[in-house]
Amino acid sequence: MAENGHNHGDNAEYYALRAEAIQALLVEKGVCSINDILSMADKLDSRSPKDGAKVLAHAWVDPAYKERLLADAESALLELGYDLPETAPRLTVLENTSEVHHMAVCTLCSCYPRAIIGRPPAWYKGLAYRSKVVVDPRGVLKEFGTELDESVQVRVIDSSADYRYLVLPTRPAGTEGMSEEELAKLITQESMIGVALALSPESVSTS
Amino acid sequence: MASSTTARYRPGDQVRIRVGTPPTHFRTPEYVQGKLGRIDTLYGAFKNPESLAYGGDGLPAQPLYRVEFAQTDLWQNYSGPATDTLLIDIYEHWLESI
Repeated sequence: MAENGHNHGDNAEYYALRAEAIQALLVEKGVCSINDILSMADKLDSRSPKDGAKVLAHAWVDPAYKERLLADAESALLELGYDLPETAPRLTVLENTSEVHHMAVCTLCSCYPRAIIGRPPAWYKGLAYRSKVVVDPRGVLKEFGTELDESVQVRVIDSSADYRYLVLPTRPAGTEGMSEEELAKLITQESMIGVALALSPESVSTS
Repeated sequence: MASSTTARYRPGDQVRIRVGTPPTHFRTPEYVQGKLGRIDTLYGAFKNPESLAYGGDGLPAQPLYRVEFAQTDLWQNYSGPATDTLLIDIYEHWLESI
């Protein structure tokens, strides 16, 4: 895989060594301190899909919050105590409805809303997903178990620059009486990327 | 966001993505180059990654747009409905008026 510099993950030991070397150089040249690097890594590792699910479940139950989240995601996240690092890329939330379904990808590398949902899954960084989802998004959805009606518009978002995209999945039917905490359990990492729908209430109540 | 510059395009405008492979890091994938799209959102000005990637200051900042394409305009054999689209963020110096 040496011919493609973007195949992360095939040679973990090599990349670990390379990261260590880059880290040492950054410190040696005074670009940043070792504490800057460690605290940023801690911050990224402190976020997980559960954080995104909590925010999006709140948007499901509070329409005014949802409007604020869609209009200005960063301010709306701050309301719930989530501050994004100053150096993090900007964030936008895209809403899925009965008429439109968004799916996020980064065809150039692995851009992902890490500042709110942590590190991307391995498949998100893989060439198979990155090359297929832009050409055949409905085929990818099928692979993840979802078939959308042709009347639903599929919009793929390729995050190629300064913005990262988080998908607000459609709230499933039959969830009217559920609490925000219960609703958050329906919002999976896959549904926030847009390759799947939120879970149905039945699928979690049996477990 | 870098200091604001005058943006040449507005949401709704039709644009063509420039074709090119500059000898630097660039963030305009080749699959949208030469294709016709529509400005969906104007984000404001951001530092130019082609300069930043090589230790430059990224200036002048470039207006950044979210551009929307019909999937059937990107791929001859697109198998989904004609209403399906693709969105991608493109810096202004990669856009051409049509």
